[in-house]
Formats: sequence, structure tokens, C-alpha cells
Amino acid sequence: MSASANPQVSQEAMVEFLLRMGDSTLILGHRVSEWCGHSPVLEEDIALANTALDLIGQTQMWLGLAGEIEGKGRDADKLAFLRDAVDFRNALITERPNGDFGMTLMRQFLFDAYHFQLLGKLEGSSDARVAEIAAKAKKEVAYHLERSADLVIRLGDGTDESRKRMQAALDELWGYTGELFIPDAVDEAIAAAGIAPNPADLRAPWLAEMSAVLQDATLKIPASTYAHKGGKKGVHSEYLGHLLAQMQFLQRAYPGCTW
Amino acid sequence: MYAQMVKTDADRVRSLDEMSAHERAFQERVDRGEKIEPKEWMPEAYRKTLIRQIGQHAHSEIVGQLPEGNWITRAPTLERKAILLAKVQDEAGHGLYLYCAAETLGVSRDELLALLHSGKMKYSSIFNYPTLNWADIGAVGWLVDGAAIMNQVQLQKTSYGPYSRAMIRICKEESFHQRQGYDIMMKMAAGSPEQKRMAQDALNRFWYPSLMMFGPSDADSVHSAQSMAWKIKINTNDELRQKFVDQTVPQAKYLGLTIPDENLKWNEEKGGYDFSEPDWDEFFEVINGNGPCNKERLGARVKAWEDGRWFRDGLNAHAEKAAARRAAAKIAAE
Ligand SMILES: [Fe+2]
Ligand SMILES: [Fe+2]
Ligand SMILES: [Fe+2]
Ligand SMILES: [Fe+2]
Ligand SMILES: [Fe+2]
Repeated sequence: MSASANPQVSQEAMVEFLLRMGDSTLILGHRVSEWCGHSPVLEEDIALANTALDLIGQTQMWLGLAGEIEGKGRDADKLAFLRDAVDFRNALITERPNGDFGMTLMRQFLFDAYHFQLLGKLEGSSDARVAEIAAKAKKEVAYHLERSADLVIRLGDGTDESRKRMQAALDELWGYTGELFIPDAVDEAIAAAGIAPNPADLRAPWLAEMSAVLQDATLKIPASTYAHKGGKKGVHSEYLGHLLAQMQFLQRAYPGCTW
Repeated sequence: MYAQMVKTDADRVRSLDEMSAHERAFQERVDRGEKIEPKEWMPEAYRKTLIRQIGQHAHSEIVGQLPEGNWITRAPTLERKAILLAKVQDEAGHGLYLYCAAETLGVSRDELLALLHSGKMKYSSIFNYPTLNWADIGAVGWLVDGAAIMNQVQLQKTSYGPYSRAMIRICKEESFHQRQGYDIMMKMAAGSPEQKRMAQDALNRFWYPSLMMFGPSDADSVHSAQSMAWKIKINTNDELRQKFVDQTVPQAKYLGLTIPDENLKWNEEKGGYDFSEPDWDEFFEVINGNGPCNKERLGARVKAWEDGRWFRDGLNAHAEKAAARRAAAKIAAE
């Protein structure tokens, strides 16, 4: 059975695209949730839990649709908890370890700015189901971006130490942003069918947002243009396997149970 | 309870005749069920006791994030993960309401946190127990939030306005907490043999610590009598404990789980269950820092605070810079 109503794109490409969406929100949501109870102020505990909650909710929608279109009886939970790293399609930046709070915030900002651009285009997707999820997610992500950008500015233009930490985070994570904008054959096919934008087209608006915020934050965009790649093909960092070992523990150890 | 064994500075509860005119007017207002608001006169001991009680309650909410946070990254389904995140987020929110309520009494959140971190203020003993399997998350919602609700529902009527209003907001969310916990227990108790085992194991470990949440018997405690006169405590610890047991036993039966108490028996005469007291020696050990997770719990909070210093300093520095820039711009414009 194929629930894919779009004749211009293969079922495989459609599922692949949806996994990329849902896996990125899942893995980032998981990372953010690791902070629960450990953040620098109570307000951040609340904000981070809220962000994680939004991302997990979006995951349920993206992976739910992926499973439906795939038509093999896998729901969002089966996709989240019963695939190994090689089948995950999240962007590498989402699996980066939390590091200090500055690293977590910078990762969030870099991803939020991309995510917001992407969802803005997906709202106009030729696929009504994609457009619907995107419209819902965009409202949440607009708030994530507002918050992460604001904090990046305040911490960049804060003390010497906070600036140093934010710059170090930017330097370390910059190399994981390139991947977000490099299309492969799936992206091209999906873009040709009007389902999603071509990732390459998101780079300019993303960079504009980036530059404005980072300038206010008194932070410098690294000169290096090197991009770590692999997320889209299932070639991940060593970190993802550990994350999955933790996340999937119960489903793996006690298969077939109802929770 | 979330605030266990709160001292009042009283050596006995005085009668209206023994009070000053101010104190007497205050006590009469409390007796009439009026709410005391921050700007109004109140006895110093009332204020101090409330700070201890609300502070301890606030600390319990934020330390309480940790045992449940321990399973957020291992929640078995996306829905369970989302529910648990929402629940733990609520607990942080409760902490915030309560610190705000305490602030109306003239103590800052930072001051209260410093007292927590130095060990001078406590949080509920229950959060010094570990969450070892997924059913513990069910047991915490069912039993721990369940016990907390017993107390908090009563405290909605407390005499101090901001505390009462915080409790009203908190109680609205607590019933969801208990329901999600019981729902986990239902799934586990009706699940595979391994799941049932986890459920029973969780109940075995959380039963007595939950009974301890109400604190030792305070029927003869002058502090409790004073707190009750002030209406910042509504029931005795034993009353609440009895109510909790009476409510929980049928719920355990419905789950098909066994409460780990051989002496548990319906007592027709009192219209409630007879049950075994928890081990109060263990309770005092836990209160004094020797529970299974005291070091981890307090250590995690202290570490979060220390590691976050640069973050808080950064935000403060930015706020100062921004204010200075605004002031300079204003001068330039004039
Ligand atoms: Fe939200
Ligand atoms: Fe909430
Ligand atoms: Fe709470
Ligand atoms: Fe609680
Ligand atoms: Fe609760």
C-alpha cells in the first residue's frame, strides 16, 4: 500500500525525506532532554523541556507519516526505537554531544535558524500532509529560534568568558552546518516535485540570519568551509550509537511489550 | 510531605489572651479564614516558618526533576517520553511558582538556593531514592505525586495568599501527574512477566519511602500545633498518611500488585486500613544525608549551579551593557 499521493516522486524518496525530517527532530530532542534538571537556571530547565517536547511531538508527526507512506506496518515508535544507526537519517549536528550550555545553545541556534527556513518553505509544499505538519511545527520553531538567537546574542556580548565559550562552540559546530545545505539525488527529486525546497536554496537566507545574529553577538563566523557529511546516508559519528543504545534500551531488551 | 518537619520557633502555642494586640488581630483573621497578603503585618515567626516550608517545598520540586529525569532519555515510546518531559517541566514550573511565593516574604531565590546547596535547607526525603526500572516512573507518579496531592489539596486553603494561589495552580497539574503514573503502572502490571516484575519491584521499593513523605507522627509536636493554628498546615501527618493508605490500597489491588506489608488489614472500626509504620531510623538517616542518592541529588544540583555560573554572569553583564547603551543613546539624543 502506498499512501503517497504524489506521482512525481518515488515512495522511497518520500520516506527518505520524511525520515530526514523526523530523525533530526528526534535526535536533537533527545539531546536537549538530557539537560532536564541540570541547566544553569530554573527558567532554562523549563525552556529546554519545552523545546524537547516540541521536537518529540514533531518527530511523532514526521515519522508517523513516514511509516504510513512506507506501508510496512512501522509506526513512529517502531521507526524510532527499532532501527540501528545505519538507518538513521538525522543531520550530524543534531547528534553532537551537549557539551557546556553554550555548546547546546549554539547547536540549537544553528539548527533552529535552518529549521525555521526549511519549515517556512515546507508550509507551501505540494504535499498537503507535509504542509500541514510544517505549519504546526513552524509556530513552535519560530519560538525556539527567537529564544536561541536572543541567548546567543546576550552570551556572545556578555562577559569575556561567555563570549569565549560561545565562540568556541561556534568554531566547533560550524563544520556540521554545511551538510544541511548540500543536496543529494533524493533532495533533488523531492524539490523537483515541489514537496520541499532544494537545501542549497536555504543557505543564503540562513546565512543572512546567522550573520545578523552573530554580529550582534560579537562572534565571528569561522573561515573554514569544510563540511562534515554523512547523516543523510546513515554514516554517523560514534556518538549516535551510544545515544541509540540508551534511547532504545527498553524496546530492545523487552521486545513486543506495550508500555 | 514535600515539606517535612518544618520548625516554627514555638515552644508552645499561645492563647489569644497571651498575644499582643497585633498578634491577636492577626490570629483572629486567620481563624476567620482570611488570607494574609505580603504587605500586611504578620508575626515574624509566621514569616520565618513559611519561608522554611515554602522553600523546602520549592527545593523538592526542583530536586524532584532528577529521579524522573533519569528515565527521560530511556522512555520506551515517543508518547511516554513526551508525557514525562511535560511532567518534569511542570515540576520545574512548580519550583518557580513556589520560589516566587517565598520571594514575597523577603527572601530571594538565590538565597534559598544557597541554603539548599550548603545543606542547610532540605528537600523531601523521597527524592533520595533511586529510579531503577521504568515502572519506578509509574510508581513515582502514582505514589509520590499521589502523596504530594494529599497535602497540596489541603494547602490550597492555607492562610498565606501567595502560597495558597501557588497551590491552586500546582494542584491543577498534579492530577495529570498521578494519572500518567498510574497509567504506566497499569500497562506494566498487565504486561509481560518481566514488566509485572518491574511493577511489583517498584511498589516494593517506593511504598515505605512514600509513607515517610508525610513525616513522623506529629500528634504531639508543638511545631505542628503552631503551624495548624496559623493554617499553614491543615492536617496532621498521621491523618494524611492514613488517607493516603486508604486511597492507595484499592488502587494496588486493581493493579494486581501486592503492598509489601504483612500487617495491612482493613479495620472496620476506624473505617480505614491498619498498616505498618515505615522504618523511621531509615528516614532520619536519609534526612541526615545517608540515603541511597543524597550525594548524587544534591551533587547534581550544585554542579548545575556551579557549571551555570558563567551563563548567569554573561546574561547579567549583557543586561548591564544594554542598559548603559540605552542611557548613552538617551543622553546623545538630548
Ligand atoms: Fe511548546
Ligand atoms: Fe505543563
Ligand atoms: Fe509538583
Ligand atoms: Fe512533584
Ligand atoms: Fe507532580
